[in-house]
Amino acid sequence: MKKLLASTAVALLSLTAAAQAEGKLSIYHWFEYIPQTLLDKFAAEYDVEVTMDTFDSNEALLASLKAGKLGSYDVAVPGDYMVKIMNGEGMLDTFEPSELSNFGNIEKQWVDVAFDSGRKSSIPYQWGSTSYSVNRDVYTGPIDSLSVIFDPPAELKGKINVLDTAGETLTLASLYLGIPQCSADREQLKELNALVQKAKADWASFGSDVAKDVLVSGDAAAGMIWSGFSAKARAEGANIEYAFPKEGYIVWMDNVVLLKDAPNRDNALKFMNFLLEPENAAAVTNYAQYTAGVTGTAEFLDPEVANSPESNPPAGPKGAFVEACSEDVQVLYDAIWTNLKK
Amino acid sequence: MGGGSSRIYRGNGVKLMLPSWLIIGSFLLLPVMMMAVYSFLTKEFRGGVIWEFSLAAYDQFFFDRGLFGDEPPKLEWTYIGIFWRSIWQAGLATIACLLIGFPTAWFIATRDPKSRSIWLFLVTIPYWVNLLIRTVSMKFLIRDTGPLNEFLMASGIISEPLGLINTNFAVQLGLFYSYLPFMVLPIYAAVERYDFALSEAAADLYAGTWTILRLVILPVVKPGIIAGCILVFVPSLGAFLAPDLLGGAKTFMIGSLIEEQFKGSAGNWPFGAAASMILLTIVMCVLLVYARSQNKGEAR
Amino acid sequence: MAAKLDLRRFPGFLAITILCLVVLYAPLAVVAVYSFNASTSITNWGGTSLTWYVDVFTGPEAPKFQKAALNSFVIAVCAASIATIIATAAAVAMTRAGRFRGKTLGFALINLPLMVPEVVTAVASLVFFSAIGFTTGLMTILVAHTVFCIPFAYLPIAARMQSIPDQYEQAAMDLYATPSEAFRLVLLPLMTPGVLSGFLLAFIISLDDFLITNFVKGAGIETLPTAIFGSVKQGIKPNIMAISTLMLGVSVVFVSLSWLIGRMGQDKKQAS
Repeated sequence: MKKLLASTAVALLSLTAAAQAEGKLSIYHWFEYIPQTLLDKFAAEYDVEVTMDTFDSNEALLASLKAGKLGSYDVAVPGDYMVKIMNGEGMLDTFEPSELSNFGNIEKQWVDVAFDSGRKSSIPYQWGSTSYSVNRDVYTGPIDSLSVIFDPPAELKGKINVLDTAGETLTLASLYLGIPQCSADREQLKELNALVQKAKADWASFGSDVAKDVLVSGDAAAGMIWSGFSAKARAEGANIEYAFPKEGYIVWMDNVVLLKDAPNRDNALKFMNFLLEPENAAAVTNYAQYTAGVTGTAEFLDPEVANSPESNPPAGPKGAFVEACSEDVQVLYDAIWTNLKK
Repeated sequence: MGGGSSRIYRGNGVKLMLPSWLIIGSFLLLPVMMMAVYSFLTKEFRGGVIWEFSLAAYDQFFFDRGLFGDEPPKLEWTYIGIFWRSIWQAGLATIACLLIGFPTAWFIATRDPKSRSIWLFLVTIPYWVNLLIRTVSMKFLIRDTGPLNEFLMASGIISEPLGLINTNFAVQLGLFYSYLPFMVLPIYAAVERYDFALSEAAADLYAGTWTILRLVILPVVKPGIIAGCILVFVPSLGAFLAPDLLGGAKTFMIGSLIEEQFKGSAGNWPFGAAASMILLTIVMCVLLVYARSQNKGEAR
Repeated sequence: MAAKLDLRRFPGFLAITILCLVVLYAPLAVVAVYSFNASTSITNWGGTSLTWYVDVFTGPEAPKFQKAALNSFVIAVCAASIATIIATAAAVAMTRAGRFRGKTLGFALINLPLMVPEVVTAVASLVFFSAIGFTTGLMTILVAHTVFCIPFAYLPIAARMQSIPDQYEQAAMDLYATPSEAFRLVLLPLMTPGVLSGFLLAFIISLDDFLITNFVKGAGIETLPTAIFGSVKQGIKPNIMAISTLMLGVSVVFVSLSWLIGRMGQDKKQAS
C-alpha cells in the first residue's frame, strides 16, 4: 500500500514537472465561450499544446490572478472595464501592433477604446449587450422599457430572474432611473436603493449562469440576460423576445489580453493573431452568438447568427458601457447590493 | 464507551496525532492564521490587503453607520441576520438528515452482514456523481415544468404545479440530499457495533422499549449521531450550491456572503476574512464544548 | 410484554430507508433517462439514441473529460487513502491513549478543515502556496484534498472506536500479543466498518470538490468537477448527463465486483 502511494506520488510529481515543457499556451477564459474545435485547430496549426481554465465572472478572474495565479497564464479574456482595472493593477503586458500581422483586421471603432486606448495590451474578442428577454407566451405587452424588470406588469410579477452581479443589475437600475453611473449623489442613491428594494418583491431569483436555463425551462417568464445567451435560449425553443429598452441598455466587449509574466509570450501573440483571422473570429461568433470586433467575418457567419435580432440593435435606444467606479463610490453600491440581498 | 484507556497506546498519543497535526498544521492552520491576520488589515480596493492595522472589517460587521457612514453607530443586524438564517437552515437540514438518516442507518446495520455492504453502497453510489450535477438534476426534477410536476398533474393528483423551486423547502431538500450519507455512515458505524444481546438482556429484565433506547442503546450510538450531526451541520452552514440553484439566491448565506467578498465586486478581503473568523469562532466553541464533555465523560 | 421486543425490526424503518433511496435516486434516474435523448435540448424529447455516449468518447471534448476523470480518480484514491491512514492513527490516539498534552486542541485541529468555510480555505491556500513558492499543480490539489479529507475520515472511525471496549486488546496483550499484533489482529478488524465508511466519505468528498480545487490547481489541470462546472451551472447538457450515468455505471460495477470478491473470500474461509 505504502509503495503504491509513494509511486503514485512520484508519478504525480513528474506530471507536474512535465507541464513546464516548450510549445505551450495557457488560456484563462470564460466558460462555454470558445469552441473546442477552434482550440484544436490552433494547436494543430502552430504545434502548440493548448490548455484552458475557465472562470465565471470578471471579478473571479481578478481575484484568482490577485491571489497568486498571475504568471501561470498567457492570455485571459476580461470584459471592458476589467481590462482597465487589470491594467491599473499592473497585470497586463504590452505589445506593438507590428507584432500582430492581423492587427489591421480590428474594426476601426474598436481600436481606440476608452479601456485600452490604441490596443496596447488587448484585442477585441466579442461584444454584445445586456438587457432582458420576455417570454411571449406569458406576456404580450410592450417591452420598450426597463420597467418590465423594475416595475413589472401583473403577468410577470414573481416570474423574473435578475443577474446575480451587482455591476450589471445596479447599472440597469440606474439607467431606468436616468441617474448617471457611479453617482455619489445621496438622493439618487437613496432612490436607487428604494427602487431595487421594492422591485425585489417581484423577482423570483438571482442568477447569472442560469439566465438562459430559467427562460428555456419556464422557471422565469422574464429575465435580464446577455444578448447571445438570449439567442441561444431562443434556439433551444423558448418563445422569447430580447428587448432594447428606451432608457438604454448595457454594451460590453470582452477582450483577449496579454498577461504580465506570461510563460509563453510568443505563443500568446500567435493565438491573439489567430483570433483576429476573420474565419476564426467568425467561428467564435457562430458558437457564442455575439459579435466579433473584426472585419471580414460576414462571409463565414451562419445566416441565423448574422441576422439574429439580439445582435442587431435598432436605431434609437443607446447602449452604455459599465463604468469602473472609484473606491469611495463603489463602497456605496456594494452596500446597496448587500442591503438588497440581506 | 471505551472506558479506561488501553495500556498499549498510553503515552503514544502525541506520536499518533503527529501526522495529522503536521499536515493540517502546515497546510491549513498556517493559511487560516494568515487569514486571521488579514482580518485586522486595511482592505485594498478590488481585492488584496494593505499591511496596516485596522479594525474596519469587524466594525463593518457589528456596527451600522448608515449608507453613507455618517450616522451615529448602532448595532448592525444585516450580517448577524445572515448568520442566523444560515445557522437556522443548517440546523433544519441536520434535523431532517437525522430523522431520515438514523432509521436508515439502523435498518442497514441490522441486516445480516452479507447484505449490509450492499445497502451501504446503495446509499453512497449516488455520491459518485458530482454534487453540482446532483443539485442541478434535483432542480430539473422539481421545477414547475419538470418531470415530478408533470407526472403528478398527468395522474390527476394535483391540478397546479407545486411551486417548489426557489423556496426554502427546496433549499432544505437540496441540503438534505447533499449531505445525507454524512449522517448515515457514522451512525451505521456505531450501530453496527451494537450487541443486540444487550437489549434482549435488558428486555428480559423488564426494561421498557423507551428505557432500553435511552439507557442501553443511546450511549452506544451517541458518538455516531454526534459525528453525523457535525458532518452535516458544518458543511451546510457554508453551502452555497443549494441556496443558489434551488433557492434562487435571493438572500445571502454565510457561504455566499464570504464568497462575494473574495470573488465579487466588493473585493473586500479583510471583511471576508473577519466574517470567516467569526464563523470559525462560533463553530469552534460548539466543538470545544463537545470535546470537553467527552473528556469529562472519560474522567468519570 | 406481548411479543418479544425486536429492535432489529422497527416497523417503518424499511419504509424510511426506501423513501431515502427514492429521494437519492430520483434525480439521477431522470438524468439517466435523458442521457438517451437524441435532442440537444433537455426540455424536448427527440427520440432514444446513444448519440451522447458516442460524444463522450469521440466528441471534440472527449480527451479533456477523460483526462479530467482520470485526475479526479487518482487524486480521490490517493487523498482518501492518506487521509484514512492519518485519521486512523489520530482516532486511536484520541480514544485509546488516555490524556496527553494538547488533546482538546488536537481534536479541534483535526476538525479545522470542517470548520473553515470552503472559499476561505480556497483563497487562503492559494495565497499561502504562492507565498511559500509551492508551484500549483496536481501536488497542490492532492495536499489540499488530503487536508480536508482527514476530518471526514476521522469522525466515522472515531465514532466506531468509541463503541469498541478496550478489553479485547487487553485480553490479547495478556495472551502475549505484541502491541502491533493487538492492533492488526484485534482492533483493526473490529474497526473496519468505521475505516471503510471513513474512506468512502473521504473519497466522495474529494471526488466532489470544486471550489478549493479550482483555486489551488495548476493552470490547465482539470478534475472532473472543474471541467464540467461552468457548463453544468448554465443548465445541464446531455453529454454531461451521459458522463454522470457512465460514472454511476462504473461505480455500480466496482461495488458489485468488490462484493463478489468479498463473498468469494468468505466462502473460501468457510470451506477451509
